Amino acid sequence: MNYETIIGLEVHAELLTASKLWCGCSTAFGNEPNTQVCPICLGLPGTLPVLNEKAVEYAVKAGLALGCRIAEWSRFDRKQYFYPDLPKAYQISQYDLPLCREGRVVITVDGLSREVGILRVHLEEEAGKLVHSGESLHGSEYSLVDYNRGGIPLIEIVTAPDLRSPEEARIFLERLRTVLRYIGVSDCKMEEGSLRCDANVNLRIKDEEGEYRTPIVEIKNLNSFRAVERALTYEVRRQVDEFMEKGRPPAGTDLSRTKVTAGWNEALGRTYVQRQKELADDYRYFPDPDLPPVVLSSEQVEKWRAELPELPEEKESRFRREYGLPAYDAAVLTASRAVADLFEETARLTGDAKMVSNWVMGEVFRLLKGAGDDLEQALRHCSITPAALAELLLFVKNERINANSGKEVLEEMYRTGKAATQIIAEKGLEQISGRDQLAGLVAEVIAAHPGVVEDIKNGKKAAIGFLVGQVMKATKGKANPKLVNELITQSLS
Amino acid sequence: MGAITRRQVEHVARLARLELTEEEIDLFTTQLGDILKWVDKLQELDTTDVEPTAHTIPLRNVMRKDEVKPSWPKEEILKNASDEHNGFFRVPRILEEE
Repeated sequence: MNYETIIGLEVHAELLTASKLWCGCSTAFGNEPNTQVCPICLGLPGTLPVLNEKAVEYAVKAGLALGCRIAEWSRFDRKQYFYPDLPKAYQISQYDLPLCREGRVVITVDGLSREVGILRVHLEEEAGKLVHSGESLHGSEYSLVDYNRGGIPLIEIVTAPDLRSPEEARIFLERLRTVLRYIGVSDCKMEEGSLRCDANVNLRIKDEEGEYRTPIVEIKNLNSFRAVERALTYEVRRQVDEFMEKGRPPAGTDLSRTKVTAGWNEALGRTYVQRQKELADDYRYFPDPDLPPVVLSSEQVEKWRAELPELPEEKESRFRREYGLPAYDAAVLTASRAVADLFEETARLTGDAKMVSNWVMGEVFRLLKGAGDDLEQALRHCSITPAALAELLLFVKNERINANSGKEVLEEMYRTGKAATQIIAEKGLEQISGRDQLAGLVAEVIAAHPGVVEDIKNGKKAAIGFLVGQVMKATKGKANPKLVNELITQSLS
Repeated sequence: MGAITRRQVEHVARLARLELTEEEIDLFTTQLGDILKWVDKLQELDTTDVEPTAHTIPLRNVMRKDEVKPSWPKEEILKNASDEHNGFFRVPRILEEE
């Protein structure tokens, strides 16, 4: 069976403003329930929302970074539905006049560039948070609501149905996170819910009877990159199986407009059809009379465009050009701005970009991955700064410690936050690079292993490594291995 | 047939979670129909050169600085809640999982 997977994403990202979208309540995460709430958050009668200018700036900057056209005229609409996390019984969102439209994001899949269309980016308010559990052992009759989150500014980013595999969807989402973090408009922490994703997926099946499209399934509230890829993989498989089992629906059935809403059960690893919210799609949008339209001059938009930092794509090609990095290394190092900054600043301090890229992509990444999937977060929360890393790498570069000791010191720096100099002094790791200091030891080792010496003289050059190892052992790893090698070779020739 | 049907009135009432009696449905069908007829009347005006507008007051770009202001005390916020529990609003259970 020949089929094509069609995926489109709707991504919600919370903006990093200090205050909410319509009022001055704080957007801080993780505080006591209902302590960041005011009558505007609750939509009490007589209140009037006033737009946060920073949220507009951030939404437009996101649109610009995603290659969108920015609307000259934009406005807010009310989306009506009843749900306890929405105290006004409508969400203030944007309907037919979003702030940004028609952008594109370039992703790299298996070494090839693919362009993903962005249909729109609009600004809206976050809902409150429902807590379902913890009430009683016997299944509660209640849900609990915390409105601290209600009214935090969100952008919704809608892609064209351009993604062709679950892997592409994950790669796109990672790229989107990279871009939003570069420009500093969202911290995109999926585990805290500041980045969330709904995925629409169906199949275009081609067989001898012609082309058939399976009904679109929308999987809601995917909250990790892994979940996005797994849920989509499962759903594609399920739609294939369903088609194999049931075939086409009877002639005359029109499924093209049906859309099924599904959830994702992470523990069971499968999607499930959600009970349809009654009449959920009849949102009766209309312009919010409380909020005057937003009119942006091109001067304003161009000023914001000029404020954008170097974007990942530009940084990547500059790293290749400026530091002679291979394409792969440049892509990996620029996937996070914090990593890119660590690399670039450390390279400046040590004057050795190649060495720094090897250490960052090897040892530093190995340590950070122990702290979770999110390299950027792990890096921001650890003590490895460019200055600290450069200090260590200069010890290695100047052969004052050897590479293995360097790895040991880095691990200790990461664990304890101590400086390289201190750790090296404490552990006495500085290399023995004095010829006189080592000459005696080398002579002893040679004298102690006549058999090996014989082998070497008979042409088994690799056996030198054994003698070097013996010297390293005797110095507890502190000898300069290059020098030891040189001394042994000299004495045997 | 009027400008609006009984069925449409029932639909709109349901979306708004309003429970109407048969008499009310009749009444609102007539009243809403009359309102829509007036709107039809307005449609007769020539608006070729008039910009579409969603707002009655000619304001634009009413915005505030991104500054945190104190929120209300939790007790005040929860004062009007029909039910509360440990600082949360308590509402009838919402089912989400399968």
